[in-house]
Amino acid sequence: MKRAAALILALGLIAAACSTDDSGTLTVYSGRSEDLIQPLIDRFQEDSGINVTVRYAGSADLAATILEEGDSSPADVFFAQDPASLGAIALDGRFATLPDDMLEKVPATFSDSDGMWVGISGRARVVVYDSTVVDPTTLPPTEDGLTAPEWAGRVGIAPTNGSFLAFVAAKILLNGEAATLAWLEGMAANRAPTFPKNSAIVTAVNGGQVESGLVNHYYLLRALAEDPDAVGRNHFFTTPSAGSLVMPAGAGILASAAHSDEASEFVAFLLSSDAQTYFADETFEYPLVPGIAANSQLPPIDTIPAPELDLSLLATTLDTATDLVARAGLL
Amino acid sequence: MTSERNVIEVTVAEGTLAAPPTQTRTARMRGPWWLWVPALAILLVVAVPVGTLLLRVLDASDAAWETLISIRTARLLARTLMFTLAVTTTSTIVGVSGAWLLARTNLRAKRAWAVVFALPLVIPSYVVAMVLISASGSRGLIADLIGVGTPHLIGFAGAWLALTISTYPYVFLITSAALQRVDPALEEAGRGLGASPARVFRTVIVPQLRPAIGAGALLAALYTLSDFGAVSLMRYDVFTRVIYAQYSGRLDRTPAVVLSIVLILAALIVIWAEQRTRGEGAYFSAKPTRPPSVYRLNTTQRLGSIAFLTVTALIAVGLPIGVLAGWLVRGLRAGVDVGIPWNALAGSLTAASLAAVVAVAASIPIVILSVRYSSRATTALERSVYVTFSLPHITVAIAVVAFTVRYVRPVYQSLAVLVVVYAAMFLAQATGTAKAALLQVDPALDDASRGLGKSQLSTLARITVPLMSRGLIAGGLLVFITTLKELPATLLLRPSGFTTLAVRIWSSADELLYTRAAASALLLIAVSVVPVYYLSIKPKDVVDA
Repeated sequence: MKRAAALILALGLIAAACSTDDSGTLTVYSGRSEDLIQPLIDRFQEDSGINVTVRYAGSADLAATILEEGDSSPADVFFAQDPASLGAIALDGRFATLPDDMLEKVPATFSDSDGMWVGISGRARVVVYDSTVVDPTTLPPTEDGLTAPEWAGRVGIAPTNGSFLAFVAAKILLNGEAATLAWLEGMAANRAPTFPKNSAIVTAVNGGQVESGLVNHYYLLRALAEDPDAVGRNHFFTTPSAGSLVMPAGAGILASAAHSDEASEFVAFLLSSDAQTYFADETFEYPLVPGIAANSQLPPIDTIPAPELDLSLLATTLDTATDLVARAGLL
Repeated sequence: MTSERNVIEVTVAEGTLAAPPTQTRTARMRGPWWLWVPALAILLVVAVPVGTLLLRVLDASDAAWETLISIRTARLLARTLMFTLAVTTTSTIVGVSGAWLLARTNLRAKRAWAVVFALPLVIPSYVVAMVLISASGSRGLIADLIGVGTPHLIGFAGAWLALTISTYPYVFLITSAALQRVDPALEEAGRGLGASPARVFRTVIVPQLRPAIGAGALLAALYTLSDFGAVSLMRYDVFTRVIYAQYSGRLDRTPAVVLSIVLILAALIVIWAEQRTRGEGAYFSAKPTRPPSVYRLNTTQRLGSIAFLTVTALIAVGLPIGVLAGWLVRGLRAGVDVGIPWNALAGSLTAASLAAVVAVAASIPIVILSVRYSSRATTALERSVYVTFSLPHITVAIAVVAFTVRYVRPVYQSLAVLVVVYAAMFLAQATGTAKAALLQVDPALDDASRGLGKSQLSTLARITVPLMSRGLIAGGLLVFITTLKELPATLLLRPSGFTTLAVRIWSSADELLYTRAAASALLLIAVSVVPVYYLSIKPKDVVDA
């Protein structure tokens, strides 16, 4: 027993020695996962010679963390999955304005209207469906059709997921609170199966547990890359609505950043053709810099009918979105 | 008699034992200041999460309280408690049956069985849930293998199975340890008076095991109550899901904090229920004079027992490892790039070993005070560590973030805070084992040392603590394993750039990168095998080694 304990302690000490933190210069708070982003970070470190320390967590988590940390936040850059988390920081006045040459790289609709954050990659909302059971021509042109009785029990949703809540926040801005609540209640009345997250819906569709579900477009492409026999397919909504919105993942530089030059270099790198191609090929998202092609399995981004919406406002309706989801009985 | 067994037995038994006779001698002593100072300092640290939470609740706006009322609280609470009861019942049945078969019968290869039977202890419950979902159903792995699909494991059935698998090892380990110490004389007396084996089991063995079974069941119940990963994947609506929904859906964290107060109340109900069903509890403090007798199984019983063990091991161990290996192979064949996550492995081992050492060190003054200087105050001190143990980890993490960012900024987001939080959350596991070990050390030895002119401190350092060492190590191993699996607090409190295997599994699976998730999960299981082996082998082997 003593030997075992000594062994474990020794292993721990060796591990501690190996993992002595390389206290980087630039600190990035990333709401995007390590699996997808770390290869890009490694490439940036190599190219620029700048050391980067990344804090990975959920986007909303990190937004709350930055707000809690106040002006002494160690974060230089906040790289988030959704406009709502970025908007929360912008609303609190914690971002520095980005330079115009950076903002001009992507279409203005994908960035903050005051230039506080810039869109990096696009994520379309889709219906993922089981191609062995669902005839895609029967799928409705917008999410509003999913509350019809024929879809009862057939469309999975992830009501607590950040992407879903951002979609609900967008729907409030586009259709108003009453219509959004009515839609959520319609989904609840249809007994839409609820899942904890997008990936669980895609797994359930491929596994035959639910016929379809509202998710972001790229999960299915990853599932197909690991298992080419997967039966799921993506349906893109055909009429402008909250459901056809391409939500950007984006980045902003903190006003309190201790390394703002390195931070600018990093955000510029995310908008470089190198990084944009990485998003197209490796994460299956839409590159937002025009001229860089999306993955060939996807319809071009300009064929997706986008609604008119100022994404900067999403943060203002996010808490209402959670309230409505709860009131509809989906929590 | 070895302390190894006893130790696990009362692991976390949180003072299950009624005061044994040896305590009465020193009952009125108050304990030296150099034990009280560290003990109170530890208590202060352990109380930080609860204290911060309560302050935050007092501060909460009316809106936060409205959330509490609006979300069908009563119904959800009732359902959560029923679910906890269901899981605890099956875990207890599986754990106790396994323990009895492997401790007291003449089955072969009991040692190997015992290791396998305890192995689910190291598999995080959300991994178990992921695996069950992927294996069941018309297109699941089982359907692929045998051509016939099983029903989809989802909802109550799925969550109940996943958590039974994750929690029965606690009951199993604690009960097997206690079984080693049941005095054979009592059973022989029962048999001699003409009672059937079944009656002896019911009226003689079970009452003696009651405290150990209760301790294991308590652990299983508290684990179930605070689990989020498995129940959410199984889409079964219990209280943690609502807390998490409030937490992830808003920037204001107060409603989530207010809701977790309800969960703390549920935990208190469970602890109270366990105490109510517990008997006097002092049965096994006596040392049996010889090893317990072996029950000889006839052929039918032997086949039945082997079938039970095989089916349990296939579902609880074979299925998870098989599915994970299947994902890994499928991904590698499809050309997915999987690197070994060395940095996560290093992070896991560092954090878990430091947490184990800190928790064991912290348990020593608390346990010595509560056993050697037993009084109402020292008992309260020892019990108080259970409150933090029963809190959902996400709530602890929110509280600690709020506390460190405001009051101890220099250590905010440091490894030190993460390790201290692990140690505080799992301290109950270390004090439980340490207490059991100390109860076995005859106070006469302390007296002899003092009589020979050694100081109290020197006696403690050179006699008492070394004699407790096996119990301390077992406690450390339990904390080590539990820390390896920990996810919610790690996600929020880890230093930037620091990662662990549990975090890697969760985030890879979240992106549907099952190949990588499987690689990290198999690595996690591999590094936990050694501690589980030590916790589950027979005590005699440990002594002989």
